[in-house]
Amino acid sequence: MSAAPAAPLPASADPAARNLLLVPPTPRTGWRLLPARVGAMCAVELQKLRHDRTELYTRAIQPALWLLIFGETFTRIRAIPTGGIPYLDYLAPGIIAQSAMFIAIFYGIMIIWERDAGILTKLLVTPTPRAALVTGKAFAAGVKALIQAVVVIVIAALLGVAMTWNPLKLLGVAAAVVLGSAFFSCLSMTIAGIVLTRDRLMGIGQAITMPLFFGSNALYPVSVMPGWLQTISRINPLSYQVNALRGLLLGTPSNLLVDFGVLLVAAALSIVAASSLLGRLAR
Amino acid sequence: MTYDRLTKADRLTEAGGSAEVGDIAESREAVSCTGLVYAFGDTNAVDGLDLSVREGEVFGLLGPNGAGKTTAIRCVTTLLPVPVGMVRVFGNDAAGDRMAVRRLLGYVPQQLSADSGLTGRENVVLFARVFDVPRRERAERVGQALAAVGLSDAADRLAGTYSGGMVRRLELAQALVSAPRLLILDEPTIGLDPIARTGVWEHIDAVRAATGMTVLVTTHYMDEADQYCDRVALMHHGRIRALGTPDELRAGLGERRRAEGASDTAPPPTLEDVFRDIAGSGLDERSGDFRDVRSTRRTASRVG
Ligand SMILES: Nc1ncnc2c1ncn2[C@@H]1O[C@H](COP(=O)(O)OP(=O)(O)O)[C@@H](O)[C@H]1O
Ligand SMILES: [Mg+2]
Repeated sequence: MSAAPAAPLPASADPAARNLLLVPPTPRTGWRLLPARVGAMCAVELQKLRHDRTELYTRAIQPALWLLIFGETFTRIRAIPTGGIPYLDYLAPGIIAQSAMFIAIFYGIMIIWERDAGILTKLLVTPTPRAALVTGKAFAAGVKALIQAVVVIVIAALLGVAMTWNPLKLLGVAAAVVLGSAFFSCLSMTIAGIVLTRDRLMGIGQAITMPLFFGSNALYPVSVMPGWLQTISRINPLSYQVNALRGLLLGTPSNLLVDFGVLLVAAALSIVAASSLLGRLAR
Repeated sequence: MTYDRLTKADRLTEAGGSAEVGDIAESREAVSCTGLVYAFGDTNAVDGLDLSVREGEVFGLLGPNGAGKTTAIRCVTTLLPVPVGMVRVFGNDAAGDRMAVRRLLGYVPQQLSADSGLTGRENVVLFARVFDVPRRERAERVGQALAAVGLSDAADRLAGTYSGGMVRRLELAQALVSAPRLLILDEPTIGLDPIARTGVWEHIDAVRAATGMTVLVTTHYMDEADQYCDRVALMHHGRIRALGTPDELRAGLGERRRAEGASDTAPPPTLEDVFRDIAGSGLDERSGDFRDVRSTRRTASRVG
């Protein structure tokens, strides 16, 4: 029934109550705007996950298979030099980073879908600067990736991977996951702003995720790669994310300062790139 | 100002005469476009648009599909740049001071744009948050917006389960939650069945009467404009071809026809006749959709 009677606004019944729809809210300004928008976008992400958990479950399957089949098998073969730790342990941080990246890469497709559905259009007419909108989406991707990371960590723990439970280090893990997701979601939104259609982006998304994954140290150390792949791995933010995760979760030697520095710069650059191209999606 | 529903005539006098409306002289003009041109490639979608919407009125921008209504609206809402001409919203430059303009706007785009993965309430909460409604009054304000469009009972259902008319009313609630001074609705009733169309218009009307906000609405349904708009502009090929109250426009055509020797017993012209008179033969070449629109409308009025 779409024809509900046009009721007068609620406040008209009781003159004492304020009709808030007559009072514009006081604008937030300056630095307080960005965290407020980021919070709003993250809240939406969590609400959606609460209404529909299927994605959470289906997205757990792939990392579970990687750990269970690939991890267990290669632990037995001992073909990959891991510096003395079981291969399954070595693999787990790589799979956390990989599954977070797969989630984040999907955000470009989502923003095109939101454009086609008119949702983005409407958000662009709110007092939300484009950079704040993109940052909000980037952190929303981070929130989703964090939940995914928890799932992978639980699976890995069940398979007997010995990881740290030091809360400070876990906080570092969360930061690495969020920063990596911010970068990959903005990379994907940047490409969305260039190609503009979902079909083209789907193709490109598929074409870049696998090279990013295999061209990183997620599955094997950089030292066993051929020279050209080492170069790719060195400019691939995923490698730095995996390095940080390994260092924090397993205590393997890593340079956290460099890792986090690269992740921060990559995330910042990709936010700038995605926000400057976002307007193209609105035309 | 009362919260009771006012008649169209009451509103006109109020908008014109009340000292409460508008604080500075400049703000009496809610929207002003001068010489606005916007081109997609070689075609000028908007081709020298001059438009002035007064504070407090319901202004209808009418025209067939392809007339350039949506493009003009997107320039006013800061979605598109203003390459040629000037667009002001309550005195703020839509190309320069975009954030100031956006804070004054509630916008319902042509597509049904609620997020189907969220409940009705969550859809409205999002807009309360991005318009900086403080946490302590968020729930109450969102509740009032939902009540104003008659969606209180359905508020906690996913928007994906709503009918077209309900989605439109939800979008109206999203736009209202920030107490905008200017409500912009792009084809609010397109694709809806006649009952839902009436429902949407009645809510627009009630909200407008209760808040006194300015409404800029586009439509290609001439009968709706006739019934609900204070003033209308007929747009064709990117330009305004006629402007006035629906009565003025119809009376004007009636007079012209009588001067040309039409019989006194001829039926009084409708707004659509006025439009055909203005657009002339040009209507049929570039705007073929208009005929389809007419035939759907006939079907619609049979059903309703
Ligand atoms: N994104 C776009 N790219 C190219 N042409 C467009 C685009 N949007 C609109 N147009 C063209 O601009 C003209 C006006 O369109 P529009 O403003 O949507 O009209 P209306 O809203 O009155 O139906 C049409 O000829 C349409 O084909
Ligand atoms: Mg349109």
